[in-house]
Amino acid sequence: MSENVLKVENATMQFGGVVAVDNLNLEVNEGEIVSLIGPNGAGKTTAFNVITGVYAPSNGRVYFNGECIVENYPHGKMKKLYKGEHAGEYTRSIEPTPDKITQMGMARTFQNIRLWKSQTVLDNVLMAKHMRRTSNLFSATFRLNKKEEQRQYDEAMELLRMVGLEDVKDDSATSLPYGKQRRLEIARALATEPKLLLLDEPAAGMNPQETQELTQFIGEIRKNFHMTVLLIEHHMDLVMDISDRIYVLDFGKLIASGVPAEIQNNARVIDAYLGVADDAEN
Amino acid sequence: MDAFLQNCLTGLSIGSIYALIAIGYTMVYGILRLINFAHGDIFMMAGYFMIICMTDLLIPWYISIILVVAATVALGVCIEKVAYKPLRTAPRMSVMISAIGVSYFLQNFATYLFSAQPKSYPAIGFLSESIQIGNISTTLVTFVTPILTILLVIALVVLVKKTKIGMAMRAVSRDFETAQLMGIKINSVISFTFVIGCALAGIGSILYFIPRSSVYPLAGSLPGLKCFVAAVFGGIGSIPGALVGGFLIGLSETFIKSSAYSEFSDAFTFIILIVVLLCLPTGLFGEKIKEKV
Amino acid sequence: MPSKKTKRISTAAALVMLAVVIVCVGQFTKSTSMLRTVFQLGAIYALLAVSMNLCNGFTGLFSLGQAGFMTLGAYTYAILTIPSASRAGVYYLYGVAPWLEKLELPIPVALLVAGLVAALFAFLIGLPVLRLKSDYLAIATLGFAEVVRIITASSPLNRVTNGSLGLTMIPGFKSYYGIFAVVIFCIAVIVLLINSTYGRAFKAIRDDEIAAEAMGINLSKHKQMSFVISSFFAAIGGALMAMYMGAISSTTFTIAVTYFILLIVVIGGMGSVTGSIISALLVIASREWWLRFLDQPMYIGSFHVPLLKTGFRMVIFSVILMVVVLFFRKGIMGEKEFSWDAIYGFFKKLGSKKKTEVHAK
Repeated sequence: MSENVLKVENATMQFGGVVAVDNLNLEVNEGEIVSLIGPNGAGKTTAFNVITGVYAPSNGRVYFNGECIVENYPHGKMKKLYKGEHAGEYTRSIEPTPDKITQMGMARTFQNIRLWKSQTVLDNVLMAKHMRRTSNLFSATFRLNKKEEQRQYDEAMELLRMVGLEDVKDDSATSLPYGKQRRLEIARALATEPKLLLLDEPAAGMNPQETQELTQFIGEIRKNFHMTVLLIEHHMDLVMDISDRIYVLDFGKLIASGVPAEIQNNARVIDAYLGVADDAEN
Repeated sequence: MDAFLQNCLTGLSIGSIYALIAIGYTMVYGILRLINFAHGDIFMMAGYFMIICMTDLLIPWYISIILVVAATVALGVCIEKVAYKPLRTAPRMSVMISAIGVSYFLQNFATYLFSAQPKSYPAIGFLSESIQIGNISTTLVTFVTPILTILLVIALVVLVKKTKIGMAMRAVSRDFETAQLMGIKINSVISFTFVIGCALAGIGSILYFIPRSSVYPLAGSLPGLKCFVAAVFGGIGSIPGALVGGFLIGLSETFIKSSAYSEFSDAFTFIILIVVLLCLPTGLFGEKIKEKV
Repeated sequence: MPSKKTKRISTAAALVMLAVVIVCVGQFTKSTSMLRTVFQLGAIYALLAVSMNLCNGFTGLFSLGQAGFMTLGAYTYAILTIPSASRAGVYYLYGVAPWLEKLELPIPVALLVAGLVAALFAFLIGLPVLRLKSDYLAIATLGFAEVVRIITASSPLNRVTNGSLGLTMIPGFKSYYGIFAVVIFCIAVIVLLINSTYGRAFKAIRDDEIAAEAMGINLSKHKQMSFVISSFFAAIGGALMAMYMGAISSTTFTIAVTYFILLIVVIGGMGSVTGSIISALLVIASREWWLRFLDQPMYIGSFHVPLLKTGFRMVIFSVILMVVVLFFRKGIMGEKEFSWDAIYGFFKKLGSKKKTEVHAK
């Protein structure tokens, strides 16, 4: 049985009166590629934001490598408004900022690409290496850390080589075509040396051929980096092709989970995406 | 007791003037999300306009007041069209730098036109007369100011809540783009906001400079900052909030000035600003805006 | 593209030329010459502009507190360097505080202390204030600068700062080159910082804070770093000003000074060190020298040219700032630095344009 890398337990995210994520439970084990799918507005990116510390959940826990890294319970204003389940089960408030969670070994990409636009391709990757530095302000400024700078440069170049971007390393990030920008964002996330990679719609805006290449690429990342991957996606061919397991969200609630074959034939999942036939008649 | 009441009246009076100017800040920020750094300097220019009208052109005070308010409004609308409108799609920092540039320009322009030496402000006869209320002696203008301000604010709140243009203003401050899509003429709404803000600043400047009797190019700098503190204190975007904020800043300033720590009155006002920004960023009556990631 | 060796030689040659110019001005001009003023004052403003650029341009933190840190630096430096013998004369009204009477430090040490004092204040004020949104940060730092000014001249500090009288008899470097040495060293350190991994982190925060945080960069710690370092160098700039002017008071470093430095930074390009340096020299040269004529009445024959009188110079400056902000938002250099590749490319383009014109004929 492979080790559990990520475990989300009873996570609920409520904004005012709106429940965006309702009692989510999911697990990702070492070396797996797990997909989180669901119609638009189902709460998938919100779930990502809870896992990576952008939002503190209204209730619930997140475990990373067996350790509880995020926990919260309804208090303050949320105490009266909380509509979810498992209220009262959690008592602590652990709300790390996203940078701390990245330092623990989790890295993500964004639905709307958030590259550093005015920087070069190489700099975008190098900047992500900053968090793994061992030098301090003084030694970095006065160039006493030449060895480490060289090592980071080589590692960044290696990542660019893997995604096929080393010949455009000095071009500005915005000059790249869309598909290459997405690959750069993934390379940047990999530069933080994560154990778990969260990809938010990596194939968005890609044509079928690019999607094929991306599917292959994610598989290679798993192999070459011993990476565990959790991804949000709408391209069903990518999802069915590459996932070991799938979770399906609809209106914030988990409506199905299992291997691709099971999900493909699940009536509730089909309903969620296509709508129930009877409703259309009314 | 008399001293206390005296200070209260003075405090409310200066506070009302701060409120009139603070409303200009708060309305412009509500609609454009811009701190109009030049607002205090527009207030200063209004002072000079009065000097030109009454001292240089010898126009009687009742017509001068109308001309001054009109000129101040014209100045404000002109600034908006030239310095802020072209940058509406630019990043926030650019518009702020533009506002700073306008402020810098107005200060230098006033120094150039009128020299850095203070110029004497004309007296409006009856307003500077002393009156007695109980045991307190003060000037008519000090007494009239808070009353006039409260009336103006009531009129303004009615305008914002009950009229069509007021509804348009509220819509634009809530969601700029959607208001545009719904057919609201953004440029008219923004111009109208500046008209009101600058008209109030013009009236405020008359009430402010009469007791002070002199104007100099940097006269708007410090009051401008203090009025922004008042706007933040009351809740940026809220007109009643600007009134309350103005009163509170005016009162605290007056009481400190009459105490042993008088030289720290301005420092105290800025410390209030920093404390409010940290502890109660939406001010007393402001709305919380949640940012989506 | 020129080779790396050619570029190295060119850079060395340019720096040597600049040094020669500075030395020539030092050796061959009178101590009151305009060129001296322009270079020295220009150098000081270059440091102030670069330090503001570090915080505002490279990290994206819109701080308007420079004048406050300059005041702190200038006063700290002055208090620690006014010769003990002269102090009784300077503090004639209030007397000197007893612990200050004999405390006199050598100039370089006093400069360092001046920077550190400002850095401490920057750290304390930064803790709460750097969390604010950009417009509120601007106003909060502006307010802080005013508080510093007011408290510096306040009566409890009369025996330390000489209250509203200000400080005079402030000593400077004996050599003309002292100010340049300090400025060049400081700017060099800032450039090293910007090109280091920390500089990359600052730019990441400026370009997309949320992405920076997601990539493991601790926002508050790095914002603090940038703000404190920027204030450290702004204070040294203020101390150099005190040295240059010989006398300061609490009204020396007003909000208008902060706006003036902002003007220089915007004209040069927010996010370019070479832009700030070039802009500082150009703006100071214009203000002190080239545009002086705008302040004097001018006659062409017997025709009195209208508009030219005292104060017109600053009006023109304000107009130039507005023009740059409205039409040339990127400034002279934008976010780019000086590079031989860019110059080579520029001339190559010119050359090829001429060739196609000739061919067309």
